[in-house]
Amino acid sequence: MELNTEEMLLNMGPQHPSTHGVIRFVVKTDGEVMNAAVPDIGYLHRSIEKIAEKATYNGFMPWTDRVDYLAAMNCNVAYAMAVEKLAGIEISRRAEYLRVIAMELNRIISHLLAVGSLGMDVGAYTPFVHALREREKANDLIEELCGQRLTYNYARIGGVIYDMTPNWDKKVLAFLDQFEPLVNEFDRLLTDAKILRKRLGGIGVVTAEDAINYNLVGPNLRGSGIMFDLRKDMPYSVYPELDFEIPVGTGEAGALGDCFDRYNVRMKEMRESVKILRQCFERIPAGEHQVKVPKKIRPPAGDTYVRTESTRGDLGVYLVSDGSDKACRVKFRCGSFNAMSIVEKISRGMMVADLIAFIASLDIVAPEIDR
Amino acid sequence: MQKLADLLIQKIPALQSIPADFVYLAVQVVFALVMLMAFVAPFAGIISWVERRVAARMMDRVGPNRVGPQGFFQWIADGIKSILKEDIIPTAADPILFRLAPYLVFAGMFAAFVTVPFSSGLIIADLNVGIFYLIAVTSIVVVGILMSGWASNNKYSLLGGMRSAAQIVSYEIPSGLAILVVVFLTGSLSIQDIIKGQGAYPWQWYLFDNPFMPVAFLSLFIASLAEGNRTPFDIPEAESELVSGYSTEYSGMRFVFFYFEEWANIYLIAAVGTALFLGGWQIPPEVKTWASAFGGGVGLVLPHALEFATFFLKAAVIVFVVIWIRWTLPRIRVDQLMSLCWKYLTPFGFAASLGVAIWMVLFPQGVTAVRYALCAGAALTLLYFFYRVAYQVWYSRQPVHVNPFV
Repeated sequence: MELNTEEMLLNMGPQHPSTHGVIRFVVKTDGEVMNAAVPDIGYLHRSIEKIAEKATYNGFMPWTDRVDYLAAMNCNVAYAMAVEKLAGIEISRRAEYLRVIAMELNRIISHLLAVGSLGMDVGAYTPFVHALREREKANDLIEELCGQRLTYNYARIGGVIYDMTPNWDKKVLAFLDQFEPLVNEFDRLLTDAKILRKRLGGIGVVTAEDAINYNLVGPNLRGSGIMFDLRKDMPYSVYPELDFEIPVGTGEAGALGDCFDRYNVRMKEMRESVKILRQCFERIPAGEHQVKVPKKIRPPAGDTYVRTESTRGDLGVYLVSDGSDKACRVKFRCGSFNAMSIVEKISRGMMVADLIAFIASLDIVAPEIDR
Repeated sequence: MQKLADLLIQKIPALQSIPADFVYLAVQVVFALVMLMAFVAPFAGIISWVERRVAARMMDRVGPNRVGPQGFFQWIADGIKSILKEDIIPTAADPILFRLAPYLVFAGMFAAFVTVPFSSGLIIADLNVGIFYLIAVTSIVVVGILMSGWASNNKYSLLGGMRSAAQIVSYEIPSGLAILVVVFLTGSLSIQDIIKGQGAYPWQWYLFDNPFMPVAFLSLFIASLAEGNRTPFDIPEAESELVSGYSTEYSGMRFVFFYFEEWANIYLIAAVGTALFLGGWQIPPEVKTWASAFGGGVGLVLPHALEFATFFLKAAVIVFVVIWIRWTLPRIRVDQLMSLCWKYLTPFGFAASLGVAIWMVLFPQGVTAVRYALCAGAALTLLYFFYRVAYQVWYSRQPVHVNPFV
């Protein structure tokens, strides 16, 4: 018997519990099975790149926080590095270390939210709250460092704004000591949970070829088994001196490049970040946290492109200067934008519940898509 | 019930002039209403508070603690708030079905309580088809849910309603099979008869009657979780996918009816499991003789109070486990739910019923050694489980206290 079914157009978002911000998906479903999910972006466009042309180089720094509010430190540093490269400013070793410490702490904060909300999207509410609890402690530390909990505005052209407070390093090390066992607990609660493995394993498989073709970056790329991390492959700052591993997807829960691999890469990266932080505190030299730079920075006319490894992958800043105190053009190249582009291809034939898990595993942050 | 009615007829002369059946009916209706008001409704409310507190503890949160001691009266505050809220019916909704659906859900769940026993005497109606009636009447819930999903005129609600219908209809089969196994052993569908067939001590429970009973118990438990839309089977109202499923468009009191049903259902799951497998209200006969020996009203009330407490405690443990599971596990997908039902639970249910039938033919009197062995096995499993839980709690707590920021 032929069953005559009609395609249903389901409008998921812009306000929906699982879109993590304002993203809209036009989902064509036939019952539970989707024919396509077309992402519709632009709901959070705030013209940040245009604002960069109106603000001075230093004045634009707080705006970079808003590019990716979960990895504000990385955006700060990427922009500062671009300006420094163009203006030929050398920053002190201590500032480099402080930046790396802040960035890695930020990576932990961001990944905790990513894996926690992935848990929540597949129905496990408790791990999300546990992740937020740990995130709060890390936020407290960052707050002590720079006075902010979300939009840090910590990096400055020529260094960082504050040196660390006395005994701050001991507090961070104490946090790391209690955080590592809690990652294991998280593993027992979520990673080793049979239901989670069944929900994520073999779902939303992004092959290595697809990942490269769609220009996925960061954990999404490494989840597909490609070992590419700018911290190792195109080293910047003090990363070459530090010893850490690049975790890649193994396909242990199903296929290589499935949702579980991307999730697991983030779990492993948190451990690597802990390792990096420990080394940084051992090696951090004394010295100035900021070098003297002119009040109005006027880089010589020209352009530059800086690539850094943000929590969501390759964060590129393209900066064009015309010699004035304002940038001629700033372009951010962000991971979430590329991650959105692959949704339409992979989501064909998925179930509605899988789409949620797939989007969560890509760790999309809405403001980073639109800038 | 009949005894109570007879007593009333003897004491009150006016009642002797009307037919006895009417008196029986009146007593039953009054008792049913009293029980619903005095037990089920507060219990459902209190479970909502317990669940929120327990969940909060599991998540390292505080939970509701403002209204009354430990926030105990939170459920009353919520209830009052819900009644006072505006009753919104979307313009595009089907107004009649939209209004009707919550009541159907509510009625289906509360009608089931008619056959749920509280002690050897406290039962509204000891129907001779008791457990069969219970399965049948709880299925009305699915009609209400489907109706609400359809009438809301919302795509998420519709998906939720469809999922729920598929889920409840499928899981009737494994739960029915598991109940069938108990009916084999008792030879009766009446819930009181089923409890009377068991004893007070664990080795007298049906759960340990033969090696196939634990299988039946587990499949009944899993199936009831699924029928009650509890995590990991809460896909009809999967928040991250379907916003709130079939109850998305509901607000105020109508919304509460759905949640009332869910929380009352937790107790129903626990009560059925307790009555069928865990010895129900049975207390040791010595205790019962001791309690009955008191003179006057105490001798009449005390045995029932003890039986009620026994039943309630056993049910409360299962209620806690249900809550525990909810806040621990992720949700499974709709196709996995179906494959779990048809590929695992249903075959296991058939195997258990076949096994029990063969066992009953081979050992009509049962094997005492097997009962003891199963009981000891369960005790050891529980001990190991508690050891692991204690270890995990210790393991995860230790570093948190070391942390200076907490």
